[in-house]
Amino acid sequence: MAFYRPASWQKPLAVFTLTLLLALPTLLQALDQSFYTGFATRVLIFALAATSLNLVLGFGGMVSLGHAAFFGAGAYVAAICQQAGLGEALLVLPLAMLGAGLLALAVGAISLRTRGVYFIMITLAFAQMVYYLFISARAWGGDDGLPLYERLRFAGVSLADDAALYYLALGALAVTMLLLGRLAEARFGRTIQAIRENETRMEALGYPVFRHRLVCFALGGALAGLAGALLANLTGLASPALLQWTQSGTLLVMVIIGGVGYLYGGVVGAVVLLLLEELLLGVFAHWHIALGLLLLAVVLFAPKGVAALFGKRHD
Amino acid sequence: MTEALLAVRGLSRRFAAIEALKAIDFSIDAGEVHALIGPNGAGKTTFIHHLSGALTPDSGHIRFAGRDVTALSMHQRVAAGMARSYQITNIFRGLSALDNVALAVQGRSDAGSSFRFWRPVRREARLFDEAHAYLEQVGLQAQAASLAGQLSHGQQRALELAMALATRPQLLLLDEPMAGTGPEESARMVELIEHLARHVTILLVEHDMAAVFRLADRISVLVNGQLICTGTPEAVRADAGVRRAYLGDHL
Repeated sequence: MAFYRPASWQKPLAVFTLTLLLALPTLLQALDQSFYTGFATRVLIFALAATSLNLVLGFGGMVSLGHAAFFGAGAYVAAICQQAGLGEALLVLPLAMLGAGLLALAVGAISLRTRGVYFIMITLAFAQMVYYLFISARAWGGDDGLPLYERLRFAGVSLADDAALYYLALGALAVTMLLLGRLAEARFGRTIQAIRENETRMEALGYPVFRHRLVCFALGGALAGLAGALLANLTGLASPALLQWTQSGTLLVMVIIGGVGYLYGGVVGAVVLLLLEELLLGVFAHWHIALGLLLLAVVLFAPKGVAALFGKRHD
Repeated sequence: MTEALLAVRGLSRRFAAIEALKAIDFSIDAGEVHALIGPNGAGKTTFIHHLSGALTPDSGHIRFAGRDVTALSMHQRVAAGMARSYQITNIFRGLSALDNVALAVQGRSDAGSSFRFWRPVRREARLFDEAHAYLEQVGLQAQAASLAGQLSHGQQRALELAMALATRPQLLLLDEPMAGTGPEESARMVELIEHLARHVTILLVEHDMAAVFRLADRISVLVNGQLICTGTPEAVRADAGVRRAYLGDHL
């Protein structure tokens, strides 16, 4: 391994893409395809969720199969806040991050005492516990989930307009990518990457390995919670399906397709997977067959993920 | 009488039916080079693992620099001033030699917290200046930019030593630093350890008897998990029990 360093073209490409994305709603409106603004928002939100898992999995080396718990928890926090009459995004989104982050802190504090396949299993078990907790909670809608009757306001401005929510999701993703890009090259990023490679050696150099892992895990959980809260606003529902382990699997597949440990791996994976779903779902119902073939292709021809095709993770 | 830098009392450890360490009493004085020798399987590496905190004893106590460290984890013992090198080279092969040592410098508590999320490490000149200094101490200044995995075996052993030094230990636990090195590299390593010994207390586990008798102020002999003798090189050389159990016709 080497430490993460962005390729020289990464930043210009990111800025260029961001500019395009800023123009997208206007463009779609001009083409009379505003329906796709909602779809684009969904892609951005899943890009954020997959990126949060990539922080835990790709940079921290923790193979968590329970990430959906934090994703879903964020959605429920947003819905519960609305039930309680809180509708300001600047308050609700941080609360969703806090709720999901604290849940991740608790889950991590126990799970991170195990390694390897035990860690995968215990994170899965915790996520299923959270799932069953929510489907049995009548006050929160049980099986049906908890609906949101109106969207959040951002600094007083309603997000009822699809384009407005789109820009909020884009802003959240852009800020996250900026922060994670910094994190990856800062002390913390180097530390968790080195722990991923050889945790015993890091202990022997005096690093409190557990604490670093836990902070990374909780940070990933908080970002997943942010994505979940945005998704609940997009769909108008905090659904228990968001908490299910298959959701963790989907995020995992996105990261693997995109590129484990590449800063933009989660983003690329989310775009590829959701576009594929959108394109193929209309053509034939068993689009998962195509997904299977894609996964095979990635494993065989681009085992480090699609992002790896464009540049090296390591100098 | 001043307290020893490291004092082990009644340290025992069993692995299933095997008594790996049997009630070991052992001490290292500040400033000395203390060699631990013994036949293969005597428990030397197991003992080092207990000192460094990688393993916990069934019974017994370890005091280091005036405090009981038996219950401390590995990273806490490193912070307390105890560093180790590994018998099997343990470095980050994909990183440059400089990055390896910079990582060790960063891990030290007086180098600041590692919970920093914004400033790129490559702009932290102080970390790298210091890392360069440690590389120079072990004679690797010219290899700073080379990938650790591409260094020669002897250079990798030296790099590992530089990483241990970068934690600024009071006590250095060296587990067979000469393992697998050629005669020339061994000679350089002996010189290096001799040089380091002026600043830091060293526990040396080593099979190379020439090196041990040249470097050590005191030698302890571990046989079948039991410490059978501790003393000056002359005393150990003359000890009948040691001869019988281990040294045989080496001397």
